[in-house]
Amino acid sequence: MAELTCKVLVIGGGPGGYVAGIRAGQLGLDTIVVDAEALGGTCLNVGCIPSKAIIHAADEFEKATHFANSSALGISAGKPKLDLTKTVAWKDGIVKRLTTGVGGLLKKNKVRTLKGWATFADGKTVDVKMADGVQRVHAEHVIIATGSIPVELPFLKFGGNVISSTGALALDEPPKNFAIVGAGYIGLELGIAFAKFGSKVTVVEAMDRILPTYDAEMTKPVAKRLKDLGVSVILGAKAKGLSKNGKALEIEQNGKAENIPADKVLITVGRKPLTEGWGRENIAIDMDGRHIRIDDRCRTSMNGVYAIGDVTGEPMLAHRAMAQGEMVAEIIAGHNRRWDKIAVPAICFTDPEIVSCGLSPDEAKSAGYRIKTANFPFMANGRAMTMEAEEGFVRVVAREEDHLLLGLQAVGRGVSELSAAFGLALEMGARLEDVAGTIHAHPTQGEALQEAMLRTLGHALHI
Amino acid sequence: MGVHVIKLPDVGEGVAEAELVEWMVKPGDNVMEDQILAAVMTDKATVEIPSPVIGKVTWLGAETGEIVAVGSPIVRLDVDGAGNAKDGEAAPVKAEPKKAETKAAPRPEPKPATKVEAPQSAPKSAPKSPAPASAANKAPRKEGEKPLASPAVRKRAADAGVDLRRVPGTGPAGRITHEDLDGYFEHGAAAPVGRSRAADTSVKEIPVIGLRRKIAEKMTVSRSRIPDIVYVDEVDMTALEELRAKLNKEKAPDQVKLTVLPFLMRAMAKAIADQPQVNSHFDDEAGVVKQFGGVHIGVAAQTDGGLVVPVVRHVEARGLWDCASEVARLAEAAKKGSATREELSGSTITITSLGALGGIVTTPVINHPEVAIVGVNKMQVRPHWDGASFTPRRMMNLSCAFDHRIIDGWNAAVFVQRIKTLLENPAMIFIED
Repeated sequence: MAELTCKVLVIGGGPGGYVAGIRAGQLGLDTIVVDAEALGGTCLNVGCIPSKAIIHAADEFEKATHFANSSALGISAGKPKLDLTKTVAWKDGIVKRLTTGVGGLLKKNKVRTLKGWATFADGKTVDVKMADGVQRVHAEHVIIATGSIPVELPFLKFGGNVISSTGALALDEPPKNFAIVGAGYIGLELGIAFAKFGSKVTVVEAMDRILPTYDAEMTKPVAKRLKDLGVSVILGAKAKGLSKNGKALEIEQNGKAENIPADKVLITVGRKPLTEGWGRENIAIDMDGRHIRIDDRCRTSMNGVYAIGDVTGEPMLAHRAMAQGEMVAEIIAGHNRRWDKIAVPAICFTDPEIVSCGLSPDEAKSAGYRIKTANFPFMANGRAMTMEAEEGFVRVVAREEDHLLLGLQAVGRGVSELSAAFGLALEMGARLEDVAGTIHAHPTQGEALQEAMLRTLGHALHI
Repeated sequence: MGVHVIKLPDVGEGVAEAELVEWMVKPGDNVMEDQILAAVMTDKATVEIPSPVIGKVTWLGAETGEIVAVGSPIVRLDVDGAGNAKDGEAAPVKAEPKKAETKAAPRPEPKPATKVEAPQSAPKSAPKSPAPASAANKAPRKEGEKPLASPAVRKRAADAGVDLRRVPGTGPAGRITHEDLDGYFEHGAAAPVGRSRAADTSVKEIPVIGLRRKIAEKMTVSRSRIPDIVYVDEVDMTALEELRAKLNKEKAPDQVKLTVLPFLMRAMAKAIADQPQVNSHFDDEAGVVKQFGGVHIGVAAQTDGGLVVPVVRHVEARGLWDCASEVARLAEAAKKGSATREELSGSTITITSLGALGGIVTTPVINHPEVAIVGVNKMQVRPHWDGASFTPRRMMNLSCAFDHRIIDGWNAAVFVQRIKTLLENPAMIFIED
């Protein structure tokens, strides 16, 4: 096969890789994006998007279930029925539309795509194993965007009834007993969805709390909701393996062994950067722990080789990878760019949702700031009442001396959409007075943001 | 169109490098033939570099304050015709205007490769170039604190190559606004205006360049190398002042007015005839004393730019009026900055005088590699004991320093006493030996 040459070669077509490709194309750089799977990576195919589709379906189903009993709204309906295969097919349709869309965007920007597994031969040469043979590609600049994969437990290897998040998004029917190992955001998002579909969900977590990256104030409403949904959460417990008959998960809590009945066991104990299998050993790039070491321009230790996204470590979030991809394309085009972002918002699509942008009160304090902080509960927000979404609050963290916003968090139904306002306020360097002085439309949940500012300033109006 | 490269010419005998002290042009300027492009300073004189051709400046090869070797390119001009540049030294690649991408950025974007090759030309060709380094050195916020600016401001700064950590912010919480960035482009990091009685914690960094650097270097050499002996005595100038007044009254209209200086110079020439070792250079590295026959007296003069020392050559062969007119001519040239390198170098001994500000005693710094300097203090009427009574006399001190490695205290004293005698009995100055 004739060898190809290009200016920019992107390895991985996930959110980091395809955005790098689009931007490089816009900038007139001759670009090739390689991926062994469908474009869109984990995010579009087996991550963010499909899980949100399943979560939405679960919410709708739960509403209907709710109406089958007597509801305060005066609505009653018959007992709903679920055909999960249809749900999954609908979800697959959305994924298909999006991944096709990504292909179209790349094409529109004159970016070539290769479907196959890429392996570095050296820092400027990559062999792509395609269906019809090996294609060698020479590139001036290479962007590594290989992403991450679910962490596997050696005593609970994926296969059979032990599934990863990918498997959970393609089930034919909700497992009757569903055991989940790991109470991070992926485990809880899926656990809550399947509890709503009717599964008996048990979450086993080794640490003594759920969602360990968020503070207790934030996770409390989620813990309450888990209880309401009948999800049992076993904290400080270690998964040991499957029982002999494969129908239960063996765990150990405080030295006491216990069996959790489980038709399926979902392992969500984190994701790890995909740093093997693509010829990293053939190029001299430094690692930083288990991810690739990069500088503030996403440059690796090898000249002309960049790395973006999950393969560069935490936070493993699609929107961070996209921003990095955009930046690297511009750097290759000769622009003067550096990673200068103030905040990368993070969201848990649990019920209720959690959104965090910037520093939490504890993080701000340990960073040496003297802070002012307050929250405003949705209980006092008219719109939240009308949506039966009174759980949760918006929280503000500001620097004491000049009221500069350091962090914004929220818990509540649909608060993920507040991340746009949070991010904007932080990136613009807003102070409490800036947001407090902005008219927030009534009646919206967003008013809670303004009120939280006012409350931090000591003069909230509606509480 | 061709490129004409102007290299630093040989600006004086034995000069291998010169300091670029001032640019009179900037990239983009059209220059005429013989138009002055820059001023460079050798160890004594400032030399102006004219343009030999008509053209447009595209590149400047040095920053103000930089030392430039003779023969290195300092200016590139786009000229009609072929120019003189060989391929290897052609001007930096001109940026090609890009489509939509550059709309927000006024700066032309060179390709990455040329960016590395021509780091000096890129910022200079920017229509809004960043502030000079001196102003930019001041950090406008606490150390380690991230500059606060909206993403749009950050991008604009990055496009212009400006480090936002150097830009003061006037917005809420010290946020850097677009206006702050405009101000930085135009004026650099100006210190905020303080109230009249507020504590001024500002520190102004003034680069020591040009003449000041030369002075600093010379003084350091002198003070660190020369173990000096300072000898002070008073001189009764009454008789000389009477003579001087008389001579000035009777002088021809074309003659310059006599100051004390020509008398002192003549007296020194005479004293040097008896103590020739004070009229020497000590090459302390070679271990050689060069004792000069000719008496070339440097006269330290204050100019707007700082201290310079024009030289009156062969004082031993000059008359009083000749010395006076030469001093007047050189002083004028030094003040105007038009003294040549030759007129500012080659002294064998130096006089330093602050006139009315001369004080009672000074400790003059020897003009290395010379071995003696004569400091003139302020003349004033003082009571003088003449053996019977105090009488008012016009008294003046001479504070003289000698390189004690070469000049013994005894010789120093004899030299000064000889000058004292000559000045106190001015007729003796004019008696031929």
